[in-house]
Formats: sequence, C-alpha cells, structure tokens
Amino acid sequence: MRSLRVRLFAILVLATGLIWLSAVAWIYLGSKREVEQVLDNRLQEAARMVSSLVGAVGGPDPNAGARTFPAPTAYERQLSCQIWSLDGRMVARSTGAPERRLTDAPAGFSQREVDGETWRVFTVEDAERGVRVMVGDRLGLRERLVTDLIMGLVTPAILMVPLLGMLIWASLGRGLRPLRLMARDLAGRDADDMSAIDASRAPAEVRPLADALNGLFLKVESARRHEREVTAFAAHELRTPLAGLKVQAQVAMAATDPDVAKAALRQILAAVDRTTRLVRQLLDAARLDAAGETPSLAEVDVGALVTETVEGMRTPPGVRTQIDPRLRGYILRADPDGLRLAVRNLHENAVQHMETGTVAWGARPDGGGIVVRDEGPGIPEDELPHVTTRFFRGRHKSATGSGLGLAIAEMASRRSGLSLRLRNRTDRPGLEAEILPG
Amino acid sequence: MRILVVEDDTILSDGLRAGLGLGGATVDCVATCADAEAALATSAFSAIVLDLMLPDGSGLDVLRGLRRRNDRTPVVLLTARDAVSDRIAGLDGGADDYLGKPFDLDELSARIRAVVRRASGRAAAILEHGGIRLDPGSLAVTVDGVPVAVSRREVMVLAALMERPDVLRSKAELEERLYGWQEEVESNAVEVHVHNLRAKIGKHAIETVRGLGYRMRAPA
Repeated sequence: MRSLRVRLFAILVLATGLIWLSAVAWIYLGSKREVEQVLDNRLQEAARMVSSLVGAVGGPDPNAGARTFPAPTAYERQLSCQIWSLDGRMVARSTGAPERRLTDAPAGFSQREVDGETWRVFTVEDAERGVRVMVGDRLGLRERLVTDLIMGLVTPAILMVPLLGMLIWASLGRGLRPLRLMARDLAGRDADDMSAIDASRAPAEVRPLADALNGLFLKVESARRHEREVTAFAAHELRTPLAGLKVQAQVAMAATDPDVAKAALRQILAAVDRTTRLVRQLLDAARLDAAGETPSLAEVDVGALVTETVEGMRTPPGVRTQIDPRLRGYILRADPDGLRLAVRNLHENAVQHMETGTVAWGARPDGGGIVVRDEGPGIPEDELPHVTTRFFRGRHKSATGSGLGLAIAEMASRRSGLSLRLRNRTDRPGLEAEILPG
Repeated sequence: MRILVVEDDTILSDGLRAGLGLGGATVDCVATCADAEAALATSAFSAIVLDLMLPDGSGLDVLRGLRRRNDRTPVVLLTARDAVSDRIAGLDGGADDYLGKPFDLDELSARIRAVVRRASGRAAAILEHGGIRLDPGSLAVTVDGVPVAVSRREVMVLAALMERPDVLRSKAELEERLYGWQEEVESNAVEVHVHNLRAKIGKHAIETVRGLGYRMRAPA
C-alpha cells in the first residue's frame, strides 16, 4: 500500500474490528452462560412454586382426568409446566405445554427433545403427595434471548462502524499533517535553498527524518561551497596570468624604449608558459575528479616510469635530477597514468622551489614505496596538512606555482591505489615526499 | 603620482609597474598584505591598486584597516572574482573603484586618475592654473594654448603642484611622489626639475618659499 494514511487506516480499522469482534464473542459467551443460569434458577423456582401450590390445593384427585391450569402470566409463553403422578398419569399441565411427558428424569435438571424442540426441564418429586412437578422451557427460546441481547449490542455498533471509519480517517489526516506540511515546505523550495527544516516543531516520529534531511542539506551545501570555492580559485588563477599577459602586451606596444618593450615580451613568454602549465594542471585535476574511484591497477616498473617522466621535463640549469639505480626493476602495483601524474607534479613542485641543488628519486629503505627529496626550503610544519588542498599556496610559494601541484599529486596517488606522505627533511631543509603502496 | 600596487602575481605587477609608469606614475609593488601594511605605514601614495586574493590574506582586510585609520587614499580593487557580491563587498569595504581581471591598462590608468581627481575634490580632469593646462591622461602641457614639451618627471612635479595650487609642497614630499623605493634620488633632483619647468612654462609660474617648499604662484 503506497499511502501511509490508507495503510494506517486499514490497520486501525482491522485492529478495531478484531478487538470488537472478540469483545462480542466474549459478551455472547458470557451472556449465554449468565442467561442459562438465570433461566435455570427460574425453572427451579417455578417448579418449587408449583409444587408448593399443589400442596396447598391438596393432592391430586386420582379419578380426575388431566386438567390444565393457566401458567403464571409472566412465563406464559416461555415456561411449560406438567404435573405427573408417580405412577405415570398426567395430573395437570399448563396451557401450551406439550402433552408428551417432558422428561423421564425423576428429579433435577434434564434435557429432552419433545415435538421437535429441545426442552430443558427441572423436576421436583413430591413423594408425600405422589406427584412430580416438571417445569421446562425451550432451548431455542433461550438461544433467541441471547441472540437478541447480542443483536441489541451489535446493531448500533454496526451503524457506528462507518462513523468510526470516518473518524479514524480524519484523525489520520490530522495526525499526518506535520509530514504533509514538511513535504509542502520541501516541495516549495528552490534548488539553492539549503536552509535547515525547523525540526523543533516536528513531532518526535518525524524529527529523525527532518534531522536526516538537515544533515543531507549540510553535506550538499558544503559540497557546493567547495565547488564554488574551487571555481572561484580557478577563475582567479587563470584570470590573473591573463591580466598579466594583457598588461605586458599593452606595455610592449606602448613603450618607446626598446628595452622596456623587450622586457615586456619576455614577461609575456613567461606568462604564456605559466598559463599553459596551469591549464594543464586544471585539466589534470578535473580529469582526476571525473575519474571513478576504481583505478585500473597494473604492475608498473617504477624506475622506468620515473626516468621517462622526469627526463621529459625542463629543469633550471642549477638543478640536478638524480634517480637511484635501485629503482630500476622495482615493481609497484598501481595505476600507471595516475602514478605518472603524481611523479610529474612532485618533481615539478621540487624543481620550482629550488634555485640550485638536487632532486633525488629513490626507493624507501624497506622497499615499500618511492621517495623524492628536494633541497628547497621545505614546508612550514603548520602548513603541511594544507598543502594538498587545491589552490593552497603557503608562505614558501614559488613565483610560478599555482597551488595545484601537490593537490594533484595527492589525488593522483590516492586514485592510483597509493598514498602520498609529505614531510620536511630532517638532515637539511627540503621536502621529502613518499608514495606508499596501499 | 605615486601608486602602490598590491599584487602577488609577479608578471602582472611588473607589467603594472611598467605600464602605469608609462602613464607618468611612480609605482611601488608589494605582494602581500603584510608588505602592503608596511608600505602604507611609511609612505604616502596618491592611489592604491589592490588585488583581493593575496597569499597571506584578503586585500579587503588591508582596505578595511586603511579606512579604519581614516586614511582616505583612493583604492582601485583588482580581482579575478567578479561576482556581484564580491564587487559589493569591495565597494562597501571602502574601495573607490573596481576592475575585474583581465583589464585594459589604459582603463586602469583612467580609473586611477578619476579616483585621484575625486579624492582631491576636483571635478575637471584637466588641471588648469593661470593659463597653464595639464592633462593628466595624456601628460600634455600647454601654456596659453601653446603645447610645451615637458619630461615625465617634470609633469609629475607640475601635476603635484597644480592639484592644490595654494598648498605648499615640500621638497621631500615631491621627491616621494617622484621616485619609488628602488630608485636613486639625487639630492638636487627636485630643484633641477623645478628649474627646467620654470624655463618651459614661465619664470614666475612656480613660487619658492625658502626652507618650506614650492607652490603655484597666484595668477596676477
């Protein structure tokens, strides 16, 4: 059942009906027992009364035929009375009483079928006067009495059922109002509205839902904020070099001094290089974002990959690159493209922060992972946790950095099934980056 | 006109130094909020070109600090974020103008001139005093309608004097407006410029108040 209201309605109506039916059954059984007892008592009493009346009017006249006497009016239609002599002659019977003997039991209660009807009979034996007084009533009658009683109960109840149903239906509508209001509130929102639902007014049952939705809103909002920030940063990082390009170009055109014009052109070249690299990094980052979480792992020859990647890159004249020969043949299970991206960005980052010195690629002493050490200034300890955040540029930023390199290296490592650990060298200033398996 | 450029991108700030310099301004460049604060504490500038996203904070903080100190130096914001909300925050923070990157160098120069003019309480773009006209945009000077060839530094001295013709400008003040930090100043540079100016625009145009400085002579 789709609708909560219909479902609750069905459950409530069924449950109410069931309870109500059980109550009827209970009342039926209880009333029946009670009625039987009352009627039995009445039989008993009536029999004794008749017996005492017989005593008062004297014994039966043995010669007289059976006579009838009117039964006490209150029981006229319900009770029948027969008086039999002990030797088996009918002495008298009430009007309407059957002519056949009601029972053969000498005394007490008994039941017998007479003329197609079951009778319940109480017999009193008066040995002194030689008579048996039998008073009986029809079981069918008793049954009807109980049925009438139950019907008296059931009829108004049956008339009440539609009313009860309507009441339940309306109450459910009222009870589910907070849900409906919340749904209307949510449906009426525009896509940017991430404000929390007011859970304080919601009933306890709805509050978990409201809280869960609010939690979701928070998450969506923070993801959006992150996206906006990244976009804003990307815009800044792209537009600033473009502004530099434009200004330098205008200077080159306006300058009358050829040295000034030449200097401006040199700056334009530098700006184009930087912007090219920035665009490449932005694309790399976007590609990493778009890539699924499942890397295509392969056995990668780390030495060959590092050599191939690093050799294709330009380094300033004062910076040397050293690749530990032990890396050759070192096999790491990773996504080759991701690993290449990580290696390139780590190398680029190292080179950028050095004027002179050595960037050394090697294997970790225990053989688990790759390590690269530079001889730059390192990263202030308090900035270490943030340097892998996109567009973060710390105090030791390079003039040409974009704040993307280490972020890409970290992301690429993670997407390649590896992890990146950055720390400052202990032997001298410089950064030590480790790419670790798993 | 001495301008402080607060911009962390070296290529852009180098371009601004050269470009605004071509327009007759002396430009000092800093790359961080901290350096900007230090520069503002030690020197007076005609205008500030301020980038919003700086490595050690937001340019808006520098701007707010400036206005809190009741410093009314005109500020042109330069930023890559050009959402309306950013523009509003910048202008409400006390900026006089706003330019989104990338921008046109000539437009930036014109806007700087405009905010400087507004800050000095003048409405006209052309400086005029007793027959001498100076166009800060083209750096052209005419005397009684006749164009006069004047060097960049000489125009800057003349402009400084003509902005407030009745105010005395000390030699130190003029030096500061003429030269950036990195430039060597010869001790008699201002005297030389004033001397040359007098030869070009009229012997009595500029008045020397001995020991105090220079000002434009009131027209007869």
